[in-house]
Amino acid sequence: MTTATANHDDHADHGHHGPAKGIMRWVLTTNHKDIGTMYLWFSFTMLFIGGAMALIVRTELFQPGMQLIEPEFYNQMTTMHGLIMVFGAIMPAFVGLANWMVPLMIGAPDMALPRMNNWSFWILPFAFGMLLFTLFTDAGAPNFGWTFYAPLSTTYAPSSVTYFIFGVHMMGISSIMGAINIIVTILNLRAPGMTLMKMPLFVWTWFITAYLLVLVMPVLAGVVTMMLMDIHFGTSFFDAAGGGDPVLFQHVFWFFGHPEVYIMILPAFGIVSQIIPTFARKPLFGYASMVYATSSIAFLSFIVWAHHMFTVGLPLQAELFFMYATMLIAIPTGVKVFNWVSTMFRGSMTFETPMLFALAFVVLFTIGGFSGLMLAIAPADFQYHDTYFVVAHFHYVLVPGALFGIIAGVYYWLPKWTGNYYSEKLGKFHFWMSFIGVNVTFFPMHFVGLAGMPRRIPDYALQFADFNAIASVGAFIFGFSQLIFLFLLIKTILGGEKATDKVWEGAEGLEWTIPSPAPYHTFAEPPHVK
Amino acid sequence: MFSRTWQRLSSVVLGLLTVPTALAEWDGNMTRGVTEVSQSIFELHMLIFWICVWIGVAVFGVMFYSIFKYRKSKGAVASKFHESLGLELLWTAIPTIILIAMAVPATSTLIKMYDTTNADVDIKITGHQWKWQYDYLGEDVGFFSNLSTTKDEIYNRIEKGENYLEEVDKHVVVPTGQKIRFLITSNDVIHAWWVPDIAVKKDAIPGYINETWALIPEGEEGLYRGKCAELCGVQHGFMPIVLEAVTADEYQAWLGDQRAGKVAEAAAALGDFSYDDLMTEGAEVYARNCAACHGSEGQGMGSVFPALAGSPIAINDMAGHIDILINGRPGTAMQSFSAQLTDVEIAAVITYERNAWGNDTGEMATPQMIIDAKK
Amino acid sequence: MTLKLPESGTQSGPKLSNTALKLVLAAIAMFGFGFALVPLYDVFCEFAGINGKTAGKVEKVEQWVDTSRTIKVQFITTNNDGMPWEFETLQEEVEIHPGAWTQVAFWAFNPMQNDMVGQAVPSVSPSEVAQYVQKTECFCFDQQKLKAGEGRDMPLIFSLDPDLPDHVRTVTMSYTLFDAGDFAE
Repeated sequence: MTTATANHDDHADHGHHGPAKGIMRWVLTTNHKDIGTMYLWFSFTMLFIGGAMALIVRTELFQPGMQLIEPEFYNQMTTMHGLIMVFGAIMPAFVGLANWMVPLMIGAPDMALPRMNNWSFWILPFAFGMLLFTLFTDAGAPNFGWTFYAPLSTTYAPSSVTYFIFGVHMMGISSIMGAINIIVTILNLRAPGMTLMKMPLFVWTWFITAYLLVLVMPVLAGVVTMMLMDIHFGTSFFDAAGGGDPVLFQHVFWFFGHPEVYIMILPAFGIVSQIIPTFARKPLFGYASMVYATSSIAFLSFIVWAHHMFTVGLPLQAELFFMYATMLIAIPTGVKVFNWVSTMFRGSMTFETPMLFALAFVVLFTIGGFSGLMLAIAPADFQYHDTYFVVAHFHYVLVPGALFGIIAGVYYWLPKWTGNYYSEKLGKFHFWMSFIGVNVTFFPMHFVGLAGMPRRIPDYALQFADFNAIASVGAFIFGFSQLIFLFLLIKTILGGEKATDKVWEGAEGLEWTIPSPAPYHTFAEPPHVK
Repeated sequence: MFSRTWQRLSSVVLGLLTVPTALAEWDGNMTRGVTEVSQSIFELHMLIFWICVWIGVAVFGVMFYSIFKYRKSKGAVASKFHESLGLELLWTAIPTIILIAMAVPATSTLIKMYDTTNADVDIKITGHQWKWQYDYLGEDVGFFSNLSTTKDEIYNRIEKGENYLEEVDKHVVVPTGQKIRFLITSNDVIHAWWVPDIAVKKDAIPGYINETWALIPEGEEGLYRGKCAELCGVQHGFMPIVLEAVTADEYQAWLGDQRAGKVAEAAAALGDFSYDDLMTEGAEVYARNCAACHGSEGQGMGSVFPALAGSPIAINDMAGHIDILINGRPGTAMQSFSAQLTDVEIAAVITYERNAWGNDTGEMATPQMIIDAKK
Repeated sequence: MTLKLPESGTQSGPKLSNTALKLVLAAIAMFGFGFALVPLYDVFCEFAGINGKTAGKVEKVEQWVDTSRTIKVQFITTNNDGMPWEFETLQEEVEIHPGAWTQVAFWAFNPMQNDMVGQAVPSVSPSEVAQYVQKTECFCFDQQKLKAGEGRDMPLIFSLDPDLPDHVRTVTMSYTLFDAGDFAE
C-alpha cells in the first residue's frame, strides 16, 4: 500500500502544480489545451493580417481605375491573402479546435504525441514570418496567385518564390505531424467503451480530415520541390523547353488542392453536427449516415481534381469523367444538409450565438454548394471559370462556411475553456454584423462574375462598377465586425458569469462532464463510456 | 367567383412567372450570346440554377418552418427520433436521378463544343505578356492587338471612355456563317482567351496548341468583347479582346486590305520622314506598347523594368538600341518587337526614346536603318 | 478493459509508435507518389493517346496508303519568349493520304551575335491524333545548334497512321521553338 500512497501523493503534487509561469510555459508546453490556445490565437492573428490584405484589395476595387496601389502590388495582395487565409487562418484554427477538444471528447488525458504537438505549432510562426517578410523585400512578395501555376511561378517568378517554397514546406510538415498526432490519438487513446461509432461527429470529421492531410500534404511538398528544382537546379518538370509540361503542374497541384478544400470544410461539418443537436435538444439525425457521407466525400475528393482545369484542353473523355465525378460529390453533401435540417425538425430550439452561426452555416454553405454544383457542369464552366462567379463560390463555402463553423465552435466551447459565459448580447451583435457583412460582400460577386468579370484583376470595365462598390462596402462591414469578436474574447477571458460544467442545457459528451474552466490536466483516469 | 385570397395568390404567381424571363435578360446574368453553343450553355446554366433554387426553397423551407414552429420559447418539446433508413435512401436516390438528368444535356453540349472538324477559317492566337497576337492561317495576315485605353484614363486623369478596358487597337475580324477554328498557344506564361458572347474560353499554354471553334450565325454581325482569363502577371487585367464579326464578303475585303496594308507599310518605310513626324508617331507607339513597363515618363519600374530616361542605351548606343527592339533581350521580359511593330513604328519609337524626358540626343532613327539592321 | 494510460506529457506504448510509424511511411510514400505522377502522367497520356504529344522516332516501314481520303495537315511555328530566331514553315499546309510518308521543311536562322541552342517542342491538334503521327526524322528530336548568323533548313518526315479515325479531316502540327541554352547537352 506504500507504493500506492506514494503514487497518489505524486499525482496529487503534480495535479496542484498547474502550468509553468511566464513565456517559457508557452514555448515548452506539451499540454493540448495550451497548444490549442496558441493555434487559435495564431490563426486569429493571421485572419486579421489576411483580412487587412483583402481590405486593400477591396479598396482598390471600390471604383474602376487605379487609385490606391499599382497592379504589381495588387497581385501580391491577392496572392498573400489567399495563402494566409488558407494556410494561416482556416487550417490552424481547425487544428487548434482539434487540439483542445479531441482529447476531451474521447476521454484522453492529452494527444498521443505531445512533444511533436509542440513542434507542429511552433513551426508555423516561423513559416509565416518568412512568408510575410517577403513583402518588405525589393522583389516583393509572391504575386502569382495562391494556386501558383507554372511557369508564372517558376520562370517568371520574383526571387521571393524560394522563401515561399520553404514556407510551404515548413507549414506542410506542421500539418502532417499534426494529422499523424490526431490519428494516433483517436485510434489508441479512446476511453474504454467508446467505439468508433460512438465518437462525436467532430472527432469523426477530424479523423477523416487527418487521413486526407497525411495523404495530400506530401503531394504539395512534392510539387513545390519540383518548382524549386526547376528554378534552381536546371530541371524542367514544368518547362516545355526541356521536355516538361506546365499542365503537369496543374494536375499535381490540384491533386493536392481538391482534397485540401475538403480538409478545410470537414471539421466545420463536425462542429455544426455538435452544435445543432445541442440547441435543438434532439439527437443528431442519421449519425451513421453522417459518418458514411463524410467518408464518401473524402474518397470522392481524390478523383475530381481536374474540375479546376476544365479549360486547359483536357481530352473529352477526361472532361466528362471529371464532370460526372464532381456532380457525384453533391450527393453525400446534400445528405448531410438534409440530416441537419431533420435534426432541427420537431426539436426544441433556442438561438444562442453558436446556434446562430451554425444555422447561418447550413444556409450559406448550401448556397456555396449550389454554385459549386453549377460550376461542375463542364460546358457552363467555360463561362464561369476564372471569373468572380468562382470567387463567390469559394468565399461562400470558406467564409460563411468554414469560418462561421470555427466561430460557432469558439462560442460553443469558450465557456468550457475560460469558465465564463461570454456576453450573449455582444455575441449576437457580432453574428448579425458578420452575417450582413458576408452576404453584402460576396453575393454581388455571383452577378459580376456571370456578367463577365475575370478574377485577379486590379481594374475592371465600367459595367462592373456598381456591384464592386457594394462588395467593397460589405467587406469593410465584415472585416471590422471581427473586432467585436476580438473584444468579446478578451472580455470573456478576463471575467464573466461563471459557467457550469454542462454549460448548455442540451449538451451531450465527455467534454461537458469536466469542470469549466477545464482543469490543466483532465481524464488522468479514463472515464467509462456506456 | 374566386375568393380575394385566390386572386391575390394568382397575381403573385403570375408576377413571379415573369421572374425567369427578367432574370434571363438581366445584365447581372450570364450572356445568352450569339451562337448555338453559347445558347446551349446559357440554357444549361439556367436549368441547373432553377434546380438549385427549388431544392433550396424546399430545404430552407423546412428549416425556416422548424425555426419558427419548433422553438423552445413557443413551448415546443423535442422528439426523440434520430434515424430513418428509408429517408436516407430517398434523399440519396432523388438527387442522383436529378443529377443524371442534368448530365445528359451537359454531355451532348460538351461533345458539340469539342467538335472542331470541318472549319472554314483557321486563326492562330498567341497570348503574350500582355497582348494578343492573331495569325490567319493560309491568308498571310497577322497582327498584334493591344489595349487602347489610355493610361490617363486608368490613372483617373481624364474621364473614362465607354469601352474602358474593353477596347483594342486592332480587332480580330471574323466572318459570320462560317465555322472558325481557333488554335491557341502562348509565348510566355499561361493566358486564356475568352469571349463570353461566343462562349469560347481556352487556356493559352506555352509549347502547346489548344483547339476550339465558334460559328457566328449570319445576322449576328457586331463587336464582341472578351478578356484574358488566366493570371499572367502584372497586366493581366489589361489585355482584352475585341472580336468583330462581319459578313463573309466584308471579311474577304478586310483580308485584302490587311495584305495591301502590309505592302503599303513596307513601301512607306522607304519614304522620307521628318524628325517631327517620327517624334509624334514615336510618342503614340511608346504609349501603346512600352509605357506599361517602362513608365509614361520613361522612369521604369524598380529593378524589374529598367528606366529609359537617362539610360546609356537610349543616349549612346544607337546600334544596341535598334538591336534590342528588333531581337529583344533574351532572358528578360523585353521581347522582340520586329513582328509587332512596322519598321516605321520601330524607327519612330527609338527616335522618341532618344529625345524625350531629357535624353535630348538630337538623333533620329530612320526606317531604312531598321531595314538594314534586320538584314 | 483497464488501461494504464500515459500521463500528459509522456509518450509510451508500442501501439502508439506503431501507428505513427505507419503514418509517417504513408506520408513519405505520398511524397514519392507526387514525383511518380511525372512519369505516370506521360505514360498515361501515351497510353490513352491524349495530350497532343507525339512519340519519338520510328523506323520507316512500308505501310498501306489509304487513297480513299486526304487529310489537310497544317504547320504552325511559334517562337517562345526570348527566342529571336527566324523560325518558319516552308509550306503552310499539305494534303496527304493516311499512310503516305511525307517530307516537309522548316527554316531557322539565328540573327544574334552569339551562338545559340534551340529546342523545338511539337504539339498536335486535335490532341487525340497525336498517337497516329509517326515521324522518322524531325528537328524536334534533337536540340538545334546555330552559330551567330547561321541558318538552315530543317526537315520533318512523317506519316499519319492509316488507322486515323474517319472523322478527322484536318490536323495541325505546331512547333514551339525555345531557347534551350539552359538545358544544352
